Amino acid sequence: MKIIVCIKQVPDIAETNRVKTDPYRGTLIREGIPSIVNPFDEYAVEESIRIRERYGGKVTVLSMGPPQASDALIKCLSMGADAAILLTDKAFAGSDTLATAYILAAAIRKIGEFDLVLCGQQAIDGDTGQVGPGIAENLHIPQITYVNSLEIEGRKLRAQREIEAGYETVECKLPALVTVIKGINEPRIPTFSSISEALEKEILTWTSRDLEVNLERLGLDGSPTKVIRVWAPSHEVTGRILKGEPEEVAHELVGLLEGEGII
Amino acid sequence: MTIKIIDEKCSGCKKCTIACPFGQVKVVEKKARIGQGCTLCGACEDICPNGAIVIDHGVAKHTRDIGEYSGVFVFAEQHEQNLKECVLELLGEGRRLADKLGQELAAVLASSNGESLCKLLFAHGADKVYLIDDKSLEHYQTEAYATVMSAVIAKFRPSIVLYGATTTGRDLAPRVATRIQTGLTADCTNLDIEEGSGLLLQTRPAFGGNIMATIKCPEHRPQMATVRPKVMIKLAPDPSRIGEIVRVEAKISPKSLRTTIIDIIKGTSQSLNLEEAEIIVSGGRGLGKAEGFKVIEEMAEVLGAAVGASRAAVDAGWKPHSYQIGQTGKTVSPKLYIACGISGAIQHLVGVQTSNIIVAINKDPEASIFKVASYGIVGDLFEVVPALTKELKLVKTSACASLPVNSKGNARKE
Repeated sequence: MKIIVCIKQVPDIAETNRVKTDPYRGTLIREGIPSIVNPFDEYAVEESIRIRERYGGKVTVLSMGPPQASDALIKCLSMGADAAILLTDKAFAGSDTLATAYILAAAIRKIGEFDLVLCGQQAIDGDTGQVGPGIAENLHIPQITYVNSLEIEGRKLRAQREIEAGYETVECKLPALVTVIKGINEPRIPTFSSISEALEKEILTWTSRDLEVNLERLGLDGSPTKVIRVWAPSHEVTGRILKGEPEEVAHELVGLLEGEGII
Repeated sequence: MTIKIIDEKCSGCKKCTIACPFGQVKVVEKKARIGQGCTLCGACEDICPNGAIVIDHGVAKHTRDIGEYSGVFVFAEQHEQNLKECVLELLGEGRRLADKLGQELAAVLASSNGESLCKLLFAHGADKVYLIDDKSLEHYQTEAYATVMSAVIAKFRPSIVLYGATTTGRDLAPRVATRIQTGLTADCTNLDIEEGSGLLLQTRPAFGGNIMATIKCPEHRPQMATVRPKVMIKLAPDPSRIGEIVRVEAKISPKSLRTTIIDIIKGTSQSLNLEEAEIIVSGGRGLGKAEGFKVIEEMAEVLGAAVGASRAAVDAGWKPHSYQIGQTGKTVSPKLYIACGISGAIQHLVGVQTSNIIVAINKDPEASIFKVASYGIVGDLFEVVPALTKELKLVKTSACASLPVNSKGNARKE
């Protein structure tokens, strides 16, 4: 099994009160904020390693980002991935989901033969979930999104998706792209020795010149969507603390909710 | 974008002729030839067994005149011939946008025998329904639906296309956007038309709602967005409204049916449709153990509410992941969210902060959940929640007694 896992380095949400925006470009300033591997992508990396442990093969992790995104790739290598590739180029900066999926798909084509592409359901910064399906379309392969368990039998993939009404079991032939949700597995914690080994491994760096891409489809210029305004809303409310015995506060609260027309 | 035939590879098999939704491919002297009306939808490229048809998407910007695109389309998501509630919300919002632009509002309904749903779509504001009826569209499947949506968009050229930000909408829309090479904004919570330019202003939360961004798609058409359920307002249905049904033939190649649905398992009613629930009662670490959810479930039953859980409760194994609300779970925006024994870590708050009213019950007065709560109760949830349940039962029974009763004996709210 040749598996490619697309991962993203994201700012740690616990620190997001420090996230700043660039008022000119309408993009996020990420400098100075601690970064982590997107949590959903860790599930994808873990799943790829479990599949390799069962069927053999190779896991390649792929990420697009600034040079420091290599830290996220090192984390994935220390979890057990075999190889890592970082796509980094000023020409990629400001790419929206359409351009990002185009670039990642071009890199996957360059890697060559593959059986399975795994992604997290979405990144916790952009929250779009659009890049996975975008890659699948660029590669003309089937996709199964929001997967919470998957099995492989020969060239057949069977996955269970979590949908609003419950679960759906879907089958398709490989190669395919799958996006995973939390709950599919419990990602392993890298050990001291696996981290040391990961630090020894080389991370390949590719720029736009290494890929067969149309330069007009990259970065801000290649992105149909334009961010025109960014602001931080306040979610704090002037709430009321109800005081008294449980029966009293229960009575008061139900009265208030009735007054709001909610119950 | 251009389309070309690699003559050396073309075997003249005519599969492309059959696959083309627009009748634009002819085989002349055993080689495929593309007509002037080609929309570059990709159906022929998909079906060609020899890889002889290549669409070069080239420059992403549309060379066609943007002014040719008009109208607002809503993807009419249905499951087992039931429309998703958010479709009606999208029609309400779509109507407002279409009226502002002075353009028409259409629903795109892909289904098997779904014609009966058209009435409902018209009653909720649609002027037109593009109806694609095919056995293979009975259940949602990414590629079949993407082929149909892309073909309808290519043929009828809407200016705006809206999808619900459901698992289906979020699976479908990016596939369509990539195929037709246009912009897509995820999970919008506000839409409007820009004065002067007439462009769609798409506002969405990012970073779990810590940041809001307004996005537009100036040079590509259609302008597409997925829209979070329960945010837009549906119109009061007007059963006398009529509209036009435009039948569109489905031309779905076997190649677009590469995934097969084996089984659909309906979830338990409690965690069902957390994203669509009006009221959610949610429990966290403060419940102490799995059995602690009993008090939550009792209150939820009285309220007709869905049950949710914090990450701590899910990680402790008290509830499966499908119950989890927050950053690595579901994002919800009910009218009323009652958080019981949840401290309110930022990862939880980002999943609930668009709720109308948040009620927090926690014994720690310093818990951050109180910062976002409209009403807070500092106390032991095992005392407060049962007291609330009792009080709610009283209110509900007296409300039922005072309402007119219909022939089935059920209380009826007018």
